[in-house]
Amino acid sequence: MKKLFTILIVVMCMFSMTACSSSGNSNNNNNQANDVQAIKIGGSGPTSGDYAEYGNAVKNAAQLAVDEINALGGVQFVLNFQDDQGDPDQAETAFGTLMDWGMQLSLSTTTSGAGIRVSPLYEENKIFAMTPSGSNPLLTLKGDGNNENDYYGNIFQMCFTDPNQGIASADYISMNNLGSSIAIIYENDIDYSVSVYNKFMEQAKNLGLNVVYEGTFVDADTDFSVQLTAAQQAGADLVFLPIYYKHATYILNQANTMNYAPIFFGVDGMDGILGQDGFDSSIAEGVYLLTPFSATSPDSNVQHFVSEYQSKFGSTPNQFAADAYDVVYAMYECVKAGNITADMSAQDICDAMVNQILSLTFTGVTGESKWQANGQVTKVPMAVVIHDGAYTDPQ
Amino acid sequence: MLFLTYLINGISLGSVYAIIALGYTMVYGIAKMLNFAHGDVIMIGAYIIFFMIYKFNLPILLSIIISILICLLLGIIIERLAYKPLRKASSLSVLITAIGVSYLLQNLAQLFWTSSNKIFPNIISNGSFSFGSISISYLTIITILVCLLIMLVLTLFVNKTKIGMAMRAVSEDKDAARLMGINVDRTISITFAIGSGLAAIASALFCAAYPAVYPTLGSMPGIKAFTAAVFGGIGSIPGALVGGIMLGIIETLSKAYISTQLSDAIVFAILIIVLLIKPTGLLGRKVNEKV
Repeated sequence: MKKLFTILIVVMCMFSMTACSSSGNSNNNNNQANDVQAIKIGGSGPTSGDYAEYGNAVKNAAQLAVDEINALGGVQFVLNFQDDQGDPDQAETAFGTLMDWGMQLSLSTTTSGAGIRVSPLYEENKIFAMTPSGSNPLLTLKGDGNNENDYYGNIFQMCFTDPNQGIASADYISMNNLGSSIAIIYENDIDYSVSVYNKFMEQAKNLGLNVVYEGTFVDADTDFSVQLTAAQQAGADLVFLPIYYKHATYILNQANTMNYAPIFFGVDGMDGILGQDGFDSSIAEGVYLLTPFSATSPDSNVQHFVSEYQSKFGSTPNQFAADAYDVVYAMYECVKAGNITADMSAQDICDAMVNQILSLTFTGVTGESKWQANGQVTKVPMAVVIHDGAYTDPQ
Repeated sequence: MLFLTYLINGISLGSVYAIIALGYTMVYGIAKMLNFAHGDVIMIGAYIIFFMIYKFNLPILLSIIISILICLLLGIIIERLAYKPLRKASSLSVLITAIGVSYLLQNLAQLFWTSSNKIFPNIISNGSFSFGSISISYLTIITILVCLLIMLVLTLFVNKTKIGMAMRAVSEDKDAARLMGINVDRTISITFAIGSGLAAIASALFCAAYPAVYPTLGSMPGIKAFTAAVFGGIGSIPGALVGGIMLGIIETLSKAYISTQLSDAIVFAILIIVLLIKPTGLLGRKVNEKV
C-alpha cells in the first residue's frame, strides 16, 4: 500500500512538472525599429500562464498598431511588451526591466491586480501610461478609490472602470428603450457586482428608468428560482445582471426552465459565457452584453482592424485586443498633436501627453472616447447581442 | 398562488439537499464519522458523467452507472488510504483527515480539469406538469422519487440483509461486533462504498438542476446537506429526507418573504433553535450512554 502511495505521488509530481514546462512561452521582443529614432512604448501582461489569452491579445494588437503607424512614415514607435503572468510581483519586475530599457510611454498592465501594484511606480517615475483593459478604479485613483478627485494624473484607462459600466448600461438601456420594467440580480459579496449595481441605480434614477425588483445572491448560491419568480411577478421585461458568467449560466438555465424570457443584460463579467465546455447557446439567445467592441460591427475602422488582425494572428480580436489597438492610436494622436519626439525625456513627454489627452476626442475601434483628469474614460456605450451562439450587432 | 410556487421551488431545492444528506447520514450512522469529502465525491461524479457523455458519447443512463461504479471505487480507495489507518485514532483526527481528503480531491480536479466551468448536459427534459397555474418540473418529481426509492432500498438493506445487520451491529458497538465474528473493517468499507455510490446519483440530480461543473462544486451543497442531515437527525435515513426538504422550504420562503441577503442566516438560526429544543434533530434517536 505504501508503495502504491509513493507511485501516486511521483506521478502527481510529474504531472505538475509537465504543466509548468508547457506554459513557458518564448518572449520575443520586437526591437527591429531600434536604429530609427523611435519613441519607446513599454507594457506588460500575461503572455503565458492561465491568462495568456488576454496578454497575447494586447501584445498582438499593440504590435499591429505600432507596425501600421511606423509604415505611415512620420512618428515611429517601438514596442517592448513583457510577460507578467497577471501577477503583481512580476509586473513590478517587468516595470524595472522596461525602465532600464528606456521606456517613454506605457500600456501599463493588462490585468487590474498587476496594474494596482505598478501605478504608484508610474507616478513616481512620471511615465505616461494608459492601460487597455485594467478596469479597476484603483489603477488611476489613489487611496481606496472612493474619492474620484484623488488621482495619479498620468495614468489613464481605455476601458470603462467596473463601476462606470453600471452608468453605461443604464444609458444604453435608456437610449435604446430596451426595457420598461427592470429587475436587477446582483452578487452582494463581491465589490465588482455591488459597485456596478450602485452606479446603475444612481443613473437609473437620473434617467427615470423603472426598477421593479432588486435581488441579491452570494457566490455559493446555485438556486435562483426565488429571484426569477419575484422578477417575473413584478413584471420585469429586462433583467440586469452585473455578475460573472458562472451564475449567469444558472440564471439563464432556470429562467428557461420556468419559461420566463425577459431581455437579459450583462456587463463584461458575462463575457466568456459562450466559451464554457458543453454550454447550450440556445439559452443565451438574445442576451445583451455591454462591450466596447464588436468584431461584427460594419464600421470601416473596425473591419480594417479585424481583417488585419485575423490575417496576422489567425483569430478574431477580442475586446482586449481592440482596447490595446486604440491605446496605441490614441498615443499616436497625442504625439502628433503635441509635437512629441523621441529625444525628449520621459518626464517631458508625460507632461505633454497629459495636456493632449485631456483635450483629445479619439475615435477608434472601441468608439468615441474622451478622458477625464482622473484617468477615467467616457465613451458612448455599445452592446452586442448573442445570436446563434455568437456576438452580433444589435440591429 | 405565488406562495405555492415558492413552496414547490423549496421542495425541489430541498429534495436535492435530501439526496446528498442521505450519503452523510448513512456514513455517520454506521461508521460514526463525518465524511466531509462527500461533497467532493459528488464533484468527481459530476465530472465523470460530463466526460462520459461529451468525450465518449455514451448514453445518459450508462454514463450515470459508470459514474456510480467509479465513485464506489473511489469511496473504497479513500477509506483504505485515509480513514482505515486512523480506525483507532480520535474522531477529531478522522475529521481533520476528511477535510484534507476534501481539499486533495478539489485540487486534483483543478490540476487535471482546470478551474473553468463545464456545463452539465441536459439529462432530464425541461418540461413540467401543470396543475392550474402551478407547475412542477419533471426534474423535481424525479428527484423526489429517486430520493424516496433510495430511502426505501437503504432502509430495507439495513434492516433485512445480513450485511445490513452487520452494519447496525458495528454502529451499536464495534468491539462487541468484532467479538461476534463480524468483519468490522469490511463492513465500514462497504458503508463507504454505498455512500460514495449515492454521491454519484446525487451528482447527476444536482447537476441536472444546477448545470455547472467545477472543482469546488461540492463544498456548499455539501455543507447545506450536512446541515439538513443534522436537522433531520444525523444517522436517521428518513431524517435526511425530512431535513433536506424542510431546509429547502425554509431557505426558499425566507428568500422570498424576508430577504435574499438573510436567508442563510435564517436557515442556520432555525437549525440552532431545533437543536436547542431537540438535540438529536427532528427524527434522531435518543441514545442513553451507559456510564
